[in-house]
Amino acid sequence: MADILEVKIKNLSKRFESHVVLDDISLDVHSAENLIVFGQSGTGKSVLLKCIIGLLKPDAGEIYIKDKNVLELNINELNEVRKNIGFLFQSAALYDSMSVRENLEFPLKKILNMPQNEINKKVIHTLELVSLEEAIDKMPSELSGGMRKRIGLARSIITDPELMLYDEPTTGLDPITSKEISELILNLQKQLKMTSIVVTHDLICAEIIADRAIFLREGKIAHEGTIDDLTGSKDPFLKNFFSTKLIKD
Amino acid sequence: MNLPQIINRKKLSVSEKFYNFFATISGLTVFNIEFFKQVFIPPYEINEIKKHMIELGVKTFPIVSVTGFIIGLVLALQSLPVLQRFGATDFLPATVSLSVVRELGPVITALIFAGRVSSGIGAELGSMRVTEQIDAMEVSGVNPFRYLVVTRVFATTMILPILTVYVIFIALIGGFLAVIITENMTLVYFKNAVLSAVEFGDLIPGVAKTFVFGYLAGIVGAYKGFTTEGGTEGVGKASTTSVVMASLLILIFDMVLVKITLWLWPTF
Repeated sequence: MADILEVKIKNLSKRFESHVVLDDISLDVHSAENLIVFGQSGTGKSVLLKCIIGLLKPDAGEIYIKDKNVLELNINELNEVRKNIGFLFQSAALYDSMSVRENLEFPLKKILNMPQNEINKKVIHTLELVSLEEAIDKMPSELSGGMRKRIGLARSIITDPELMLYDEPTTGLDPITSKEISELILNLQKQLKMTSIVVTHDLICAEIIADRAIFLREGKIAHEGTIDDLTGSKDPFLKNFFSTKLIKD
Repeated sequence: MNLPQIINRKKLSVSEKFYNFFATISGLTVFNIEFFKQVFIPPYEINEIKKHMIELGVKTFPIVSVTGFIIGLVLALQSLPVLQRFGATDFLPATVSLSVVRELGPVITALIFAGRVSSGIGAELGSMRVTEQIDAMEVSGVNPFRYLVVTRVFATTMILPILTVYVIFIALIGGFLAVIITENMTLVYFKNAVLSAVEFGDLIPGVAKTFVFGYLAGIVGAYKGFTTEGGTEGVGKASTTSVVMASLLILIFDMVLVKITLWLWPTF
């Protein structure tokens, strides 16, 4: 694994009114690494991603992406950094009023200002990567849950980001589609050499993707290691969490 | 849970209502300032603005046509007996045209427009907010305020005056039809009477204020939609409160603008 730091988080804290969600978190994510973030619902996993991308402002701490502290950037500088980051939302967040083609064209036109012939090639190529070329002229309402996730993924990677953030990429999908999406994420990561931070509850997804995993509990990183370290832990809470997940899954 | 419990569950205290009221006022003020900050910054989304103008125009065209026609017709029918009482039926074209051009045309069109467009923008942006589409746009490096809000508000500001002129024309046709049903008046006489009663100066303030009404209809819908919280319930609330707030603001601003017009042109 390369040892270049892609993301460095120092003493990050975030609270909503009196509820502390992230409590003095520090974390390093290396280039081309796949990091899984586990934790119970409401422990701040998605908040962590939203702080990294600048959708939420933390109360304290520093977030460095390739040595730039994103919290000190103005909106134009932050948008420059965001050009190298892809974000897959839990709901895929496809633009309802646009077709699949327009959804994929949108970041290319608005951010990269590419000429139309290059845009067309790029859209087709990215749809091939997620095996959904036939959906190019469909509207989001015509797609199944799995297809929406794939198109959401295609839209996130179309600008060739170096860092991908996934917010529960397999939630709401059946086990087979969930496995397919996880394998797709892994393949894309290998092909495009991206760094990934994946928030998930899905142990099978994590086992497919993860190089390393952390477990958030009460706003802190309670455990860190490989998936085997976490699932084989003797900690009663972790044991209970993973045994319940396995029964559920 | 029975009905009174359901109703009471949502009951807010007086202090909470005051807080919400002032929070909305301050939020809307900040939103307006942001609009004027963003509207002049390139790149200008001309295609988006054109698309919204066409969509909004087409969407409201049928309802404002019917409304305009009925206003002109009913106004003529209601005014006729009063004018007959004073032997002044010749003034019917002037009465109808001045009422429609100066006040009824602009205000009724704006209210209908607010009902159709503010709620639509509120619901559309609200559903984009709760399904994280606005967040997705932001993380991709596109300014969602400029792309979604500025384009829509600019389009509503520009399209309402055009619709108003059209409604005034349709209302005059309605008025003429009422006149030929009840009175022996020719089209040429009606047209000449209207043109001699209405001056260009009557049309300007009436139409000019619809730029403000169009802006209000757009900005209120966009504000409510852009700041939606609370899932699908929030989207419904954004849609309905947009209409109420936009309509109320249109009427308040109408009162203020009429006063300003009379102050600037006492002969108006």
